[in-house]
Amino acid sequence: MELYKLTAHELHKMLKERKISAVELCRSVFSRIGQVEDKIRAYITLTEERALAKAREVDEKIKAGKQLSPLAGIPTAIKDNMCTKGLLTTCASKILQNYIPIYTARAVERLFAQDIVLTGKTNMDEFAMGSSTENSAFFVTRNPWNLETVPGGSSGGSAAAVAAGEAILSLGSDTGGSIRQPAALCGVVGFKPTYGLVSRYGLVAFASSLDQIGPITKDVTDCALLLNYIAGHDPLDSTSLRVKIPDYMKALVNEVKGLKIGVPVELMGEGIQTEVREAIENAIKLLEDLGALCQEVSLPHLDYALSAYYIIAPAEASSNLARFDGVRYGYRTPQKVEDIMEMYFRTRAEGFGSEVKRRIMLGTYALSAGYYEAYYGQAQKVRTLIVNDFNKAFEKFDVLISPTSPTVAFKIGEKYEDPLRMYMSDICTIPVNLAGIPAISIPCGQADGLPVGLQIMGKPLDEETILRVAYTFERNFGYEEKPNL
Amino acid sequence: MEYEVVIGLEIHVELLTESKMFCGCSARTFGEKPNTLTCPVCLGMPGSLPVINEKAIEYTVKTGLALNCNIAPFSQFHRKNYFYPDMVKNYQISQYDLPLCTNGYIEVEMDGHSRRVGITRVHLEEDTGKLVHVGGAGRIAGAEYSLVDFNRSGVPLMEIVTKPDIRSPDEAKAFLQKLKSILEHLEVSDCNMEQGSLRCDANVSIRPVGSKELGIKTEVKNMNSFKALQRALAYEVERQKEILEQGGVVEQETRHWDDVKNVTTSLRTKEYAHDYRYFPEPDLVPIELDREWIESLRVSLPELPDARKKRFQEQYALSSSDASFLTSSKALGDFFEECMKSYSDVKKVSNWMMGELLYHLNAANMEIDECAVTPKHLVQLLKLIDDGTISGKIAKAVFEEMFETGKLPQIIVEEKGLTQITDEEELTRIVELVLEENPGVVEDYRKGRERALGFLVGQVMRLTKGRANPQLVNKLLRERL
Ligand SMILES: [Zn+2]
Repeated sequence: MELYKLTAHELHKMLKERKISAVELCRSVFSRIGQVEDKIRAYITLTEERALAKAREVDEKIKAGKQLSPLAGIPTAIKDNMCTKGLLTTCASKILQNYIPIYTARAVERLFAQDIVLTGKTNMDEFAMGSSTENSAFFVTRNPWNLETVPGGSSGGSAAAVAAGEAILSLGSDTGGSIRQPAALCGVVGFKPTYGLVSRYGLVAFASSLDQIGPITKDVTDCALLLNYIAGHDPLDSTSLRVKIPDYMKALVNEVKGLKIGVPVELMGEGIQTEVREAIENAIKLLEDLGALCQEVSLPHLDYALSAYYIIAPAEASSNLARFDGVRYGYRTPQKVEDIMEMYFRTRAEGFGSEVKRRIMLGTYALSAGYYEAYYGQAQKVRTLIVNDFNKAFEKFDVLISPTSPTVAFKIGEKYEDPLRMYMSDICTIPVNLAGIPAISIPCGQADGLPVGLQIMGKPLDEETILRVAYTFERNFGYEEKPNL
Repeated sequence: MEYEVVIGLEIHVELLTESKMFCGCSARTFGEKPNTLTCPVCLGMPGSLPVINEKAIEYTVKTGLALNCNIAPFSQFHRKNYFYPDMVKNYQISQYDLPLCTNGYIEVEMDGHSRRVGITRVHLEEDTGKLVHVGGAGRIAGAEYSLVDFNRSGVPLMEIVTKPDIRSPDEAKAFLQKLKSILEHLEVSDCNMEQGSLRCDANVSIRPVGSKELGIKTEVKNMNSFKALQRALAYEVERQKEILEQGGVVEQETRHWDDVKNVTTSLRTKEYAHDYRYFPEPDLVPIELDREWIESLRVSLPELPDARKKRFQEQYALSSSDASFLTSSKALGDFFEECMKSYSDVKKVSNWMMGELLYHLNAANMEIDECAVTPKHLVQLLKLIDDGTISGKIAKAVFEEMFETGKLPQIIVEEKGLTQITDEEELTRIVELVLEENPGVVEDYRKGRERALGFLVGQVMRLTKGRANPQLVNKLLRERL
């Protein structure tokens, strides 16, 4: 049996019943990596030896009859913008190409505490800026469904790894759709939790007020499982919420009867690929057949979400990325310089890729004296209006649904030279980050042989209802297609 | 032309919190090995996040209350963006348009009357690291390389900004002394200027008397003592006057006080207009202070220098100037009150404190709480004088010895055999010896020269090494003359 094809909850059962060992499972995943990684290129760093050692440790625990965490022994990939102590953490940037952190990100640490087996660190758009993983400073990751197309971004490596069986689970980060959009394009499940539910401590910041770590998995059950372990208050993150974390596995109920589902018209109109819209309409029909009440709803300010996002995110990024200056760690220009300013200029000019530079300049401009109110101030006001739109919609609806991405996976290179077109890839996901609400993307069909993602958005901290709708849809839709590699 | 001096001060106060502003590292960094008190947060490592030190907020609010400020129920941290190699994130977390405390004042006493100096704001920020330039005479220009010590990075700094209300270098000094005393009484900082826990920058300008417009100001930095502040400001005022009198224009710039050469030198002219691109720190949620909590802090404020001075005048019947002196620092006031617990003569204590003690402190460039003399020492010394064990003159020598060694006066007196000679028989012997040896002087005295007596007393003192009881010597001499 090809173990790498199974889900974490299936594998846990087999480990517990001693039908398989953690080492077997680990070997299965790494042999799959051996087969397909050359084509996919999901990983920046692979940690096979460490993984095997950990798997052996888990097997020892099983042998000793110790209590086994549902995540124990499960091969898991981590996006390379989460710090892992003693292990290269590059953010897919030249400026951090040699950076080895002295501490581990809280979310990752929580998974280590559950004895996950780390497979490696996955490729991404540099500093999580991008929607295609073409902005990696090292190489482009390919979509397992069609190697000519992008896996989406910025967590393209994490999504592709799960889709291709190169990891059972993975963690991504989502600033404007960076978990959901690649999950949609790779035909897997991706969840952006409520802002503050998962600690950002150790996640190399892109835009602090928008970033959130979340799971990328093969199905909704694994998603709930993974969420169970990464969510929770962290005293080291001031924006971390002090709330009681429910058992998300209990939310997996196959029932949507009477649930009110809103469909924002702004996310179903122009710019949405016809086949994608059809797949979403079919999904709506299915949910209606299952007893949900679906209705159109207007969130008028979503039209401005993209503009607001491309002010706020670069503004925060310009400041967050200032620390990469070649003084203390990471890349420093090898050229002879006259003074410290020139060292900064050259280091940053050589160390950052063009998309990162573009956003730093945008953000610097938006925050500069005389323009602050016109740009940053205005964008924050728009953000408030969007939050209000969502609040209003959620007075009436339990969840909202939309496409995750306006199109299926596009060709590598197709949008690379056209930033504005690339930015449009996140048009359906960005409002969620601005509002800080949770949302999932699950497969809901195909177009041109490529997966289509359904986005389900929920009220702040109402992860459970989202999971319930997603679970019910998954159960009744029966999406079984797998990429043919 | 007559000029009016306009001075505004910016004072950075290192708070006495156990841990740093945004992480758990120790904030007590003075004298520690470089880069030993650091963590991912204060090193600004990628992915690290700040968490507000609530004690620092409390100290700042306390300060604001003591400085008669309004306390903001809603305030926020901002990021101040600029590049500098001692700054780990290349932005400093500081407060911008929503500081914790605004619009207060301090009463400052100058030449017996009181003036009010306005406080614009009191806010919190994090300290940066420290650069050590190797080669190039310790300055960045010409240095071979530079090292950075991040121990200080993230230490909570409270910044107090005054209105441009100060009218002379003396007043600036008086203001800073008063402020220091208030902060000491609040116990929010150790206010050690040499160690940098109290740092003062000044904005200085002059304008023709009567003019309402402000002149062009310079910012003077690096004044790490009260004397330095006063001298630097006096220098800067004179420098500006000279420029204006010669028809020149004062350049707006930052100037460095050179305490050795007694001059200010240009540090950098404002060639780049700084754009700090402030924006709300997204890693921190805004600070919302509970009204009741603020009120509870207000109620629990300790006695402050003004109140203490008033109490000293009432309780100990001290003059206004004596009470002012004794409350000019917390340690002085505490020393005085500690003495008063076991000694009742207010005048003697205050005289010795303002006399001998202050003299030695100044000579040794020490603070009262750094020296070996404690209230116990002083009281014991005063009691030795009172019971006639030693004379006032001997007492001064004993004081010097105890200031240097920290030995108790009783011990010094015993070790050195300094007890006063009050034994009449012993003194009579010496008096007779002196009379025998100085027949001429005796003759003089008998002829009516009073001054001759002084000489004979002196001779007795010389032979007894000053230990003879002067009243007794006088009495014995007169009896025999
Ligand atoms: Zn620290």
